[in-house]
Amino acid sequence: MKQNSISERLLNGLVRENPTFVLMLGMCPTLAVTTSAVNGLGMGLTTMVVLALSNMFISLLRKMIPDKVRIPAFIVIIASFVTVAELLLKAFIPFLYDALGLYIPLIVVNCIILGRAEAYASKNNVILSLFDGIGMGLGFTCALTIIGAIRELIGAGKVFGFSLMPESYVPCSIFVLAPGAFFVLAALTAIQNKVKIAGEKKGKDMSKIQSGCGADCMNCSDTDCRMRSGGQESKEGESND
Amino acid sequence: MSDLMKVSSNPHVRSKVTTSNIMLAVVIALLPAAGFGIYNFGMDALILILITVATTVLTELIYEKAMHKKITIGDFSAVVTGLLLALNLPSTVPWWIAVIGGIFAILVVKMLFGGLGQNFMNPALGARCFLLISYTSIMCNFDCDAYTGPTPLASLKAGESVNILDMVVGKTAGTIGETSMIAIVIGACFLLLLGVIDLKVPGSYLVSFVIFIVLFAGHGFDPAYISAQLAGGGLMLGAFFMATDYVTRPVTKRGQYVYGVILGVLTGIFRIFGPSAEGVSYAIILGNLLVPLIEKLTMPKAFGKGGERS
Repeated sequence: MKQNSISERLLNGLVRENPTFVLMLGMCPTLAVTTSAVNGLGMGLTTMVVLALSNMFISLLRKMIPDKVRIPAFIVIIASFVTVAELLLKAFIPFLYDALGLYIPLIVVNCIILGRAEAYASKNNVILSLFDGIGMGLGFTCALTIIGAIRELIGAGKVFGFSLMPESYVPCSIFVLAPGAFFVLAALTAIQNKVKIAGEKKGKDMSKIQSGCGADCMNCSDTDCRMRSGGQESKEGESND
Repeated sequence: MSDLMKVSSNPHVRSKVTTSNIMLAVVIALLPAAGFGIYNFGMDALILILITVATTVLTELIYEKAMHKKITIGDFSAVVTGLLLALNLPSTVPWWIAVIGGIFAILVVKMLFGGLGQNFMNPALGARCFLLISYTSIMCNFDCDAYTGPTPLASLKAGESVNILDMVVGKTAGTIGETSMIAIVIGACFLLLLGVIDLKVPGSYLVSFVIFIVLFAGHGFDPAYISAQLAGGGLMLGAFFMATDYVTRPVTKRGQYVYGVILGVLTGIFRIFGPSAEGVSYAIILGNLLVPLIEKLTMPKAFGKGGERS
């Protein structure tokens, strides 16, 4: 698949650089709000909308934002969209707003959004950045919904509020409590790694991530790597412009 | 050539003590408590013990087969885990609770962290706490054919009087293996005589717990209250069989005293100030988590390294 095409960006976010299972970003909402499938889906979609829009705007403004103040500038853009999303949720889906509570304003500091802004949107054109945001958001949404569904199924015997287990099933309530989030996340990550390693052995190139850190230069202290991948990515961006 | 002339790699000093010997000794030491539990609670208890032990051993076997690892069920550590877990269950729980607990203990707490010697937490206690949080009402149901009503510790917490003689002998409600102080102490003496465990951890645990009770329980130095607290609940079982677990206690001598004191204080806090009457299992797994820190702080200095040099 061509590097930096729209479909490549979507697949990248969903599978290759899935923010939850591969990059391990945004763990706070992942662990805290996935007590049910609906909560996971709502959180994921909200984040996706903010991520796609902020990626698009940051990409639009990338040549105007001075390098020295880029982080504050990104935060302002992200925070505006989060405020919009929060008010919309409050007005139209109040039950979700109540369930997610504090974690909606906290989307501002979600490291997936800031990470994509820094690593991708500030170096690539608008369309690609938009689809990068959608891809990443879809990956995040899928991960959160799956975690939420598994936790709800084991911890309450339901998925999306529908009872799936037989009457005699006794819910294992630790799964809707905090430890359950860690169990499910760890198990899913292990399965994901197993599949990936098996795929690599067969010769399929499923993880062609440029650097071992998943290009997460935000939280990386290795400046050499940062310069390398940064330089590389900006070159790619120029060739696409 | 005589054996004396043979040169081989170390260890040169061989001892007959092996992991399986030690684990077998622990199993034997637990038999009085298990036997009394079966006598006390009937066939339900026996069936639960068998199910739990079978689950833990089978889980270890299947996991090691599936992962192509060396089969280690011969060292009896899975039997010890299963037996300890069963002794920590009320006799009324359904069989599937025992199965879930056994699988959780071996698979999640022990094998996923690397098997015997690598687990950061006592597997039996980890599983007990998992079950306690997941199935609170089932795990706290002590009403069986022989006994109804609250456990002695719960009555004690409610301010009612308890029969201390019954508690020492073990004719009270509770989990299968925790009720009889005498049976547990017989097993513990067996282990102490064999040298499998020593008194550093249990001693400092019980002494610090008693001091805490005297200071904070509001009863002052009341021998009846203190002995009821000592004989009630899982304190004896925990102090002699679970806090002394080789894998999850500190290796340093001073560390073991510190660990014991931490357990005693935590148990006291949970029992006196906590909402539930019992706190031994939470205290011990919390202590397990502190072990790396305790070891780091109490590591003895190598000869020649110490001294005040500025």
